[in-house]
Amino acid sequence: MNARTHPVPEQFDDPVQQREAATLGMWAFLATEILFFGVLFAGYTLCRVRFPEAFAEASRHTDMLLGTIETAVLLTSSCAVALSVREVQLGGRRLATALLGVTALLGISFLVMHGFEYYAEYQEGLIPSIHYTQQGVYAHGMAIFYCLYYFITGFHSIHVTIGVVLMGVMGWRTWHGAFDQDYHTPLELTALYWHLVDIVWIFVYPVIYLVGRAG
Amino acid sequence: MSTVELPLPRSYLEEGFGLRSWLLTHDHKRIGVLYGLGITFFFFLGGLAAALIRWELVTPAGDLLSAETYNKAFTFHGVVMVWFFLIPSIPSTLGNFLLPLMIGARDVAFPRLNLFSWYLYMVGGIFTLACLLLGGVDTGWTFYTPFSTMFSNSHVLMAVVGVFIVGFSSIFTGLNFIVTIHTLRAPGMTWMRLPLFVWAMYAVALVMVLATPVLAMTLSLIGLERLFGVGIFDPALGGDPVLFQHFFWFYSHPAVYIMILPAMGLVSELITHGARRRIFGYKFMVYAIIGIAVVGFLVWGHHMFVAGQSMYASIVFSILSFIIAVPSAIKVFNWTATLYKGDISFDAPMLYALGFVGLFMLGGLTGLFLAATALDVNLTDTYFVVAHFHYIMVGGAVMAYLGGIHYWWPKITGRMYSEAWARFAAILMFFGFNLTFFPQYILGVEGMPRRYHEYLPQFQVWNVLSSAGATILGVAYLLPLLYLAWSLRHGARAGPNPWDATGLEWQTASPPPPHNFDVTPTVTEGPYAYRR
Amino acid sequence: MMLPQASSFAPNVDHLFDTLLALCALVVIGVFTVMIVFCVKYRHGTDAERTPAHSHLGVELAWTLIPFFLFMGIFGWSVHLWIKLRTPPKDAQPVYVVAKQWMWKVQHPGGQREIDQLHVPAGQPIRLVMTSQDVIHSFYVPAFRVKQDVLPDRYTQLWFTATQAGTYDLFCAEFCGTDHARMRGRVVVMPPADYARWLHAHQGTGLAAQGADLFRQLGCSGCHDPQSGVHAPNLYDLYGRTVPLADGSQVLADERYLHDSILLPKKQVAAGYAPIMPSFEGRIGEEDVLALVAYLKTRTHAAEDTDEHR
Repeated sequence: MNARTHPVPEQFDDPVQQREAATLGMWAFLATEILFFGVLFAGYTLCRVRFPEAFAEASRHTDMLLGTIETAVLLTSSCAVALSVREVQLGGRRLATALLGVTALLGISFLVMHGFEYYAEYQEGLIPSIHYTQQGVYAHGMAIFYCLYYFITGFHSIHVTIGVVLMGVMGWRTWHGAFDQDYHTPLELTALYWHLVDIVWIFVYPVIYLVGRAG
Repeated sequence: MSTVELPLPRSYLEEGFGLRSWLLTHDHKRIGVLYGLGITFFFFLGGLAAALIRWELVTPAGDLLSAETYNKAFTFHGVVMVWFFLIPSIPSTLGNFLLPLMIGARDVAFPRLNLFSWYLYMVGGIFTLACLLLGGVDTGWTFYTPFSTMFSNSHVLMAVVGVFIVGFSSIFTGLNFIVTIHTLRAPGMTWMRLPLFVWAMYAVALVMVLATPVLAMTLSLIGLERLFGVGIFDPALGGDPVLFQHFFWFYSHPAVYIMILPAMGLVSELITHGARRRIFGYKFMVYAIIGIAVVGFLVWGHHMFVAGQSMYASIVFSILSFIIAVPSAIKVFNWTATLYKGDISFDAPMLYALGFVGLFMLGGLTGLFLAATALDVNLTDTYFVVAHFHYIMVGGAVMAYLGGIHYWWPKITGRMYSEAWARFAAILMFFGFNLTFFPQYILGVEGMPRRYHEYLPQFQVWNVLSSAGATILGVAYLLPLLYLAWSLRHGARAGPNPWDATGLEWQTASPPPPHNFDVTPTVTEGPYAYRR
Repeated sequence: MMLPQASSFAPNVDHLFDTLLALCALVVIGVFTVMIVFCVKYRHGTDAERTPAHSHLGVELAWTLIPFFLFMGIFGWSVHLWIKLRTPPKDAQPVYVVAKQWMWKVQHPGGQREIDQLHVPAGQPIRLVMTSQDVIHSFYVPAFRVKQDVLPDRYTQLWFTATQAGTYDLFCAEFCGTDHARMRGRVVVMPPADYARWLHAHQGTGLAAQGADLFRQLGCSGCHDPQSGVHAPNLYDLYGRTVPLADGSQVLADERYLHDSILLPKKQVAAGYAPIMPSFEGRIGEEDVLALVAYLKTRTHAAEDTDEHR
């Protein structure tokens, strides 16, 4: 299959225009996403200014090792999806599909590791209002930290989940030859979305895991 | 199949008659009409709440409604009018219908997403109605914490979910408009040849895409705080209620421009047509629209001069609020100058447009009082503010919306309405509006706080006048509903261009065929080429 | 039916208001006149001259820059007033206000308590130190042209000098729930002599004295008195001092700091002390906190000395 079998929807003149529109649409959507996360980061910043010590203390309760592995996993997956797009642009199909599979698997392993983190935190009594056993000077500020932590990482994990599903769909379509050198916009845009998910995590990682560990 | 004769293009209205053909349509024009029906329903529902409020306020004592019911009535009025009428009014209805026509496109860039936006709007609406049926919400449309999170016993969560969902509707509509304007303009339709209505849609789409996420997240945090009792806004938990106000107004002030920018663009169309003149200072009008959209993001703190924000922050927000008044002033002067050496006729759309300019000016100038910190201290949270934003949103946005509906009615339905009735309604509305809201300026200056279920006797005179005006205004709003509905059956058939107007939308049939143009038009000159 | 001008701000604020009003009226009349003239002269069917007119850069710049400079003028004037409005004079007399759904509770330094009423002397700057027990309220006296939101867990302040004896309306201006509209009160401005008599007639235990009692009853003195065996700050001469904190930062010991140290002692721990103080949040109300704060403000070595020598 190639571009000829993809009828251009009536509102577009030609595939070039359709591609332009789809790409711009995705960028506009990513701008929206940045503002979604932006609110949470703004809230985080202000609360951290109010409770610097408690935030540092709470951060020390997070699992830095898992967090670091998760970061590596996401970065690797971003690389895999980028390579997959390149492979399709060069006309490949098998390797492209395989790379999408790798991306999806890395995404899933990211979610699983996060699940382990949440479970460990539950056992440690670090989930405000559900199971929170922290006492002492910083209990108050730490609750706010953990509240934001679950909200930010939870919202991010929803994005990862959506990304994994999209990777599956794209892998399926790539395998069945839906994309070629001329037509691969959906794949490219999915990769773009995945990169955003990755970039957001690059901001999440230091503010959650590294804050209390400097020096 | 090359020699098959194509049937004559039918209009978009005749493309199918079943409910399915409407509910599954991808045609931007049909989606525009669907939005039109939705917002009309919510407008009258919100209007009903307003009627209850004005009725209660005829006497100083809180005798008609209980305090609780009154609080729920003004909250419902605010939530419905802001999110289910004003924000989608011009962009989603007229914008959806006209934007592709005006730039010579066959549809918006993402028709399915467009339909999905409408469904989101309806689902959000259903949640809001469900909230009303369950007993309503009493926090005010502003959902201020900690009242909304810890103290209110009403259905805050339900209302918040409704608004959250409708927010996505406006994000996707904005996204669609941005892409459509960037990529689907007809050959020759350069940026500086775009009608001002399209420019306004572009600016408004940017605001929708960049501001609405902030509201969505903030409301989610409210939901979280209500459900789990953890969060960042509740002072009892170490949170900061002023932070909520910052987030809320970061969306809600730009939201004001979501309501008024489309109106400004629309009125530019009506005035150029009414005066049969090119718009005066086209470029300055464009810069003003963009300037308002951009600076609109930087003035949210003027809602918080007495809220506990630092003195210096207030000074910065104050100067920015004065600066944003400049482009609005430019627009008023340019509209006035467009009349100069014109060939002016006073059809109903032109009456609405002139009414808009007058009311918008009164609303805008009183904004200066509120931008001035020292005066705002006294006036904020009084009826002065209520009058101010109703002049902008009802006097401005609703007048413009109705003017637009009249102007493009022949295009949308293929029928002409009764000109005499339309003029009568426009004039009645103008007087009814002023009688309703001008007394509220005076009430504010005399110190009557807003959201008061009962009030001191010295305020009664102006309240009675206001309620009387509201009655006239209510009748004036019902009139178009009647004569426009009547015209659907009995109105004279409109040709492609009954007004002899410029603009691509008038170069196709009325109502337009499913894909708008038989031949993609080519544009060779700027908009409003009225002077021959 | 104009509002009375009952505070020292009122005439200044009104002066600015009237000037801006006149300016706006001028603009409205000007633009409306021009619009009407155009509408009549160039209405369809007249034989007015209609040669095409072109946009003119000079005209556009004129009506961009002239409003801009006018606005800046108004802004400057307003900011000048605003800074005065926000900067209480040193000699302003503090009065404490606690807002709760749906009433205003007022405490004078002399211990006089009022509900939904505030008595103040004319001519004396008054500084209201306000906090809320529940949601956000707003203290609004139209006759004074002042308003300030009252927030939970935070002190906000508002100052004015009443100039005319009389009774004025007090409103809650921030929507605060069911009976928001009933959260009203009166501000009674009295000549200083009458005010002194009123104070005398309603004399209670001084606010600081109440605080001193609470300081003992609640067991604060058990740790904070110099004789105590517990290692805790003795709190003498604390108010207005800069306190080094455990995290290395410094904080000014103002009303807000004292308030938070009582309710959330672990938020800002003084350097050199263990964070062992229990929280009093939920155990005492804002009024008691105010009494304690008032007491701590008078807990100076100087005051103690005069007491002993008496």
